[in-house]
Amino acid sequence: MEKAVRKYWPIFVLPTLAAFVVGFIYPFIQGLYLSFCKFSTIKKVKFVGLKNYQYALTDESFFRAFLYTLAFTVVSVILINVIAFMIALALTSKIKGSNAFRTVFFMPNLIGGIVLGYIWKTLLDCFLTLISQPLLALDERWGFVGLVILMCWQQIGYMMIIYIAGLQSIDTAYLEAAMIDGATSLQTLFRVKIPNVMSSITICMFLTLTNGFKLFDQNLALTGGEPAHKSEMLALNIYSTFYARSGAQWKGYGQAKAVIFCILVIAISLIQLKITSSKEVQQ
Amino acid sequence: MKKKSNIPGIILSVFMTLLSILWIYPVFMILINSLKIERAISTTTIFKLPTAETFNGMANFKEAIYSQGFAQAFGYSLFITISSLALILICCSMCAWYITRVHSLLSKVVYFLFVFSMVVPFQMLMFTLSSTADRLDFDTPYKICIIYLGFGAGLAVFMFTGFMKTIPIELEEAAMIDGCNPLRTFFSIDMPVLKPTVISVGILEAMWLWNDYLLPYLVLDRKKYSTVPILIQYFKGSYGSVQMGPMMACILMTILPIIVLYLLLQKYIIDGVVAGAVKG
Repeated sequence: MEKAVRKYWPIFVLPTLAAFVVGFIYPFIQGLYLSFCKFSTIKKVKFVGLKNYQYALTDESFFRAFLYTLAFTVVSVILINVIAFMIALALTSKIKGSNAFRTVFFMPNLIGGIVLGYIWKTLLDCFLTLISQPLLALDERWGFVGLVILMCWQQIGYMMIIYIAGLQSIDTAYLEAAMIDGATSLQTLFRVKIPNVMSSITICMFLTLTNGFKLFDQNLALTGGEPAHKSEMLALNIYSTFYARSGAQWKGYGQAKAVIFCILVIAISLIQLKITSSKEVQQ
Repeated sequence: MKKKSNIPGIILSVFMTLLSILWIYPVFMILINSLKIERAISTTTIFKLPTAETFNGMANFKEAIYSQGFAQAFGYSLFITISSLALILICCSMCAWYITRVHSLLSKVVYFLFVFSMVVPFQMLMFTLSSTADRLDFDTPYKICIIYLGFGAGLAVFMFTGFMKTIPIELEEAAMIDGCNPLRTFFSIDMPVLKPTVISVGILEAMWLWNDYLLPYLVLDRKKYSTVPILIQYFKGSYGSVQMGPMMACILMTILPIIVLYLLLQKYIIDGVVAGAVKG
């Protein structure tokens, strides 16, 4: 059978592969090459070696964006996972109307980043005015808090769904055994429930981690990096290096930053792969 | 014993109800303000319900649809989402089938590249992708689906191959012996079995396509075409001069179809998300 199918590759593989070359492979390779060049359009390219990287690694705004991204990611990963897990616990404890609650909590996940950003900008700006505080775009601390609230609202429902699926797949025999042995509900939680949903926890941790690290739309729509690039995350910093400045050197700098960013994200994914595969061996 | 365990349950229910109300509130705020007149939407009045005096009927919606270009952006968004989705589902499921059934070097290399593409952030390709699209004249809503096929292929192929490995090959072999060519075998034997996966992948890709902002913003010819996220971001840019009422109406009209669709297809959407998360 394999032989008969093999001849059909132009029909089965070629359309996707051709689009993939245009939409991914070619731009990726060109992007790698351009990170070593000075250019303003694709046609006027001058090779400059490692100069762009030298700039990117010493650029203060890029480093600040890195720290901001790191801080945001740590805070949002912890908050989202803890709250989502608590809600999942509550909804799996035979509470009335748990399906309705699940529906409500998941809903924000379907709304796109730009729209979410606008909704929360309006809401939080009005709220901040009421309590006589500076607007989101004028104070980077409120901008940070706003972004955390927005991401919690969007992602808690998603993670909750994964935790619920994990909690429901625990063998009830374990829970019954714990009850017969007279375990308190806290003991059951830490000794039975949490160890049994470790794979869900790993998945959610990495999903929130990469979502936080790659965040762009929400950042752009909520504060747009204001005030003075102080609330810029890595992706937005790269974007504004590319498009918000004129001058032939900036696009090269932006591309070099993008390559560094790409390497960081790949490193996170590789760590994830290693941790998840080592977990599977244990089970 | 029973009575004792009931009280925490009630407290929990009440707490969850309050939390749910808090959760829905932002959408509710958009709804009430989309019905108010311009003057009644300010930092101090935004939390108030419309009264007989401030009620504006459907005027904000009319304004958004007729004068702010919402209908057009909505149409383009819908067209791009549907055309790209159809292309991704058909081409990627076929490609995934070939990759799982034929063990050649081509399959291995292509599969590795697809998985790799899922990890790479968009910023890496941002500039080069938009200039490539520009040179190939892919900067219209009619051709952007080709870009989306290339960029969305990673996730789709990855999820399809994951499921195809579980389909027994004997079924296909029987069909081939009966004289089906590979194309017919795929569409009449595998496609029906694949249906749940097609729905899962479709939902994940549709959520991404409908909400995507940066790719169409950079690729499309901005003077001629815009999608809903682009329109809303553009509105926001002209802060101060922006009319809040029509803006609220725009947002409501953007999220309402998604919410209705979600309520109808809830089971599939949640299953799709779980499947995607476990595999991704």
